[in-house]
Amino acid sequence: MIRLTVNGEPHRLDIDPEMPLLWALRDHLHLTATKFGCGRAHCGACTVHIDGEAVRACAMRVGDARDQTITTIEGVSGDVAEAVQDAWQKRDVVQCGYCQSGQIMSAISLLGSTRKPTDADIDAAMDGNICRCGTYVRIRQAIHDAAKALA
Amino acid sequence: MTTPSISNALSLAASRRTFLQGAGAAVGGFILGSFVPFGKHALAAGKPVAGVFDPNVFLKIGADNLVTVITKHFEMGQGVTTGLATLVAEELDADWSQMRYEFAPANPKLYNNLFFGPNQATGASTSIANSWEQMRKVGAAARLMFVAAAAARWNVPAEDIVVAKGIVRHRGSARQATLGELAVEAMAVDVPQKVNLKPASEWRLIGTRLPRLDSAAKTAGTAVYASDVRRPDMLTAVVRRPDQFGATVASFDASEATKIPGVVDVVQIHSGVAVLARDTWSALRGRDALKVTWDTRAAETRSTAEILTEYRALTKTQGLTALSRGDAAAGLASAARTLEAEFTFPFLAHAPMEPLNGIMEFRGDSAEIWSGCQLQSIDQRMAARVLGLKPEQVKINTFLAGGSFGRRGSAVGDWTIELATLAKAINGRAPVQIVWTREDDIKGGFYRPMLLHKATAGLDARGRISGWQHKVVSKRIFVGTPFERVFLKDGVDRSTIDGLNDIAYDLANYSVEVHNAPSPVPLLWWRSVGHSHTAHVIETVIDELAHLARRDPVAFRLDLLAQHPRDAAVLRLAAEKAGWGETLPPGRGRGVAVHQSFKTRVAMVADVSVEGSAVRVDRIVAAVDCGVAVNPDIVVAQVEGAVGFALSSVLRNQITLTDGVVDQGNFDDYEPTRMSEMPKVEVHIVKSDAAPTGIGEPGLPPLAPAIGNAIFAATGTRLRSLPLAAEA
Ligand code: FES
Ligand code: FES
Repeated sequence: MIRLTVNGEPHRLDIDPEMPLLWALRDHLHLTATKFGCGRAHCGACTVHIDGEAVRACAMRVGDARDQTITTIEGVSGDVAEAVQDAWQKRDVVQCGYCQSGQIMSAISLLGSTRKPTDADIDAAMDGNICRCGTYVRIRQAIHDAAKALA
Repeated sequence: MTTPSISNALSLAASRRTFLQGAGAAVGGFILGSFVPFGKHALAAGKPVAGVFDPNVFLKIGADNLVTVITKHFEMGQGVTTGLATLVAEELDADWSQMRYEFAPANPKLYNNLFFGPNQATGASTSIANSWEQMRKVGAAARLMFVAAAAARWNVPAEDIVVAKGIVRHRGSARQATLGELAVEAMAVDVPQKVNLKPASEWRLIGTRLPRLDSAAKTAGTAVYASDVRRPDMLTAVVRRPDQFGATVASFDASEATKIPGVVDVVQIHSGVAVLARDTWSALRGRDALKVTWDTRAAETRSTAEILTEYRALTKTQGLTALSRGDAAAGLASAARTLEAEFTFPFLAHAPMEPLNGIMEFRGDSAEIWSGCQLQSIDQRMAARVLGLKPEQVKINTFLAGGSFGRRGSAVGDWTIELATLAKAINGRAPVQIVWTREDDIKGGFYRPMLLHKATAGLDARGRISGWQHKVVSKRIFVGTPFERVFLKDGVDRSTIDGLNDIAYDLANYSVEVHNAPSPVPLLWWRSVGHSHTAHVIETVIDELAHLARRDPVAFRLDLLAQHPRDAAVLRLAAEKAGWGETLPPGRGRGVAVHQSFKTRVAMVADVSVEGSAVRVDRIVAAVDCGVAVNPDIVVAQVEGAVGFALSSVLRNQITLTDGVVDQGNFDDYEPTRMSEMPKVEVHIVKSDAAPTGIGEPGLPPLAPAIGNAIFAATGTRLRSLPLAAEA
């Protein structure tokens, strides 16, 4: 039995502790907003927060997430999250949208620690999140917008 | 998915020929049917028959005052759902905030792409173009019906009724009602036989920046993709496919695989061996434990270097004449200077962010699919064929796709056939979900073809192009697909020569010769299809000729575009906005390219910095003429996105084979563009009143040559083959 707290709710899962957290979330908790893009920590589509920090759920064994506080985009909240999601919508960042849960989770974690990120900060924090639709121009603008809104 | 599925919300009966149906009592709504052609209609208001669903609708308005457009096109990210809703809302005079969308079910009789005959399909950048009149007529007819309903309710002349922002008002009094309030009465009105569309001067939505209808859900994480669907007792399947294309299963040993907890079944299918399990992780572990031996007698065993050598040898033989204008050979023979240039292009994977997947339930006499279907007609036919059903017995539930770039529009329905084969193999005893991993995707074929182009072009003594002989070597992508009849002419596949066949430049002596090079590697259209290679060749050769003639590359092109004012206009605009002609510091260069694809013209000016072998693209300035820009912000987004998508293919992406085995496997060795590499992108739209043309793809073709030409400007080194950096 693996105990996990996801979005504030406790869960007990009878699954292989070797299973990546991503598949536990998607297949066993039906929290499907966290996406599968590469399964090898190359793309960031599976980004979740563990204690506020952006983590790739595909590269973490669910056994290692035991007793941790996990937040997925379904449960993310607070003024930073609101500012980011608001900016994302105002800019119409999304195209296919598949990468965007991960992008948003990375952006929230960036703004949580760096209130006024420079372009270089954005590059560093967001380079692990691939957007195959190429929405980077707007992601960058939206992060700056959100920083302004939070200032 | 903005509202519950229509099949749940409605129950109504009407023949297919009916184009207005009432669900009156059932939902208190207004449902408007097919508008092509305007013809006899019948009214079924007040006569709902429980349990019967006829999806003969494009539009649904409920008592909740929401206007739902049933979109016949699939959303892969290009904003099609927003665009179609804009066309309806414009003529209906609805308020943008009340607009919603739903995907149409698979029914090619009603929801065909008007450019593709009897096929329900999204692709070739045609969604807005083919719906331009159709969807506006849907809105216009509905508006007239609401006007008539209001006139009847208030007993006033229809001329005194105005509709604005979703409110129907009587001009002479304070009476007004929402569309939702009038929906039931409007449904009882005869459908008008003829509608007038607004002149452009009266548009208030078309041409403005309306927010995307799918933004909120995709930003909140509530958008549902096919891979998010879970059916009761669903089994997840992954397939072990051969390392070499064309190999088949000789034998397999599943004894270790079936020991993995959660693994339920192992079955051999045409494409390999599938492991079915209770969840994805168990299926993947089961697949890792499989032992398969392959029959490689029909397999591709060549390396890409060998394929290239064979391509080169082919250019020395006589190919098929695809096009011949004037006398190219004589034009070259009389040239004062000639240029001979070879370009090679690698296989490319589409690598959409969401790897392929889909779900099927097979119930013996019917089947149901949950998938991101780009070509519903093909998927429906292919699934039906495998299952021994009629196409209409296969119901398709279309979901958002996490990108496609062509991959979800499989011309042969490859993964839908896998899915149907699996559902059949287990006799439909459980819903089956197929999952491709990223490795399956990168290694799985259906690539943009590997090609070789050879151009020989000459200039006369006055620096004008005297002749151009062009050769292309490629495997054909349409052979063996349902598209063969349309896209194959005299042995020549249109995608091999798209862009070369309708070159805008004034070339008096010009010929194109094609060599077909078969291979077991499965191929497919890749965003912008043939233009993804032809534009690069044409625009690089033109640039080289301009330099050879000591002419400015923009001025040289403009001379050749005298008969093509729209192409010339985008070129001028991009050049002007980019500051063409300025002197740049050492190590930096500026290059230009212009190309027409899918009837849209795009010019790009690229600024690059080169340090050693490192190329950085600093800025792209684009000018676009796509006719009326229905939503200019989405047009801008598509060009920005095209730059982001294609940049990595310009600089580094390639699928290579070693002894037939794909060398790449994931985003580390087939790495898409990342944030830190993204250039600034400026997009300028040429104002136009021409009917809208494509925008999902046309942003790609000019990118590679603009960058290559900029690298030449910076370094004096001419890189021709893609990816550019592989040569640098
Ligand atoms: S799926 Fe986890 S980083 Fe790509
Ligand atoms: S929006 Fe499609 S991958 Fe980012």
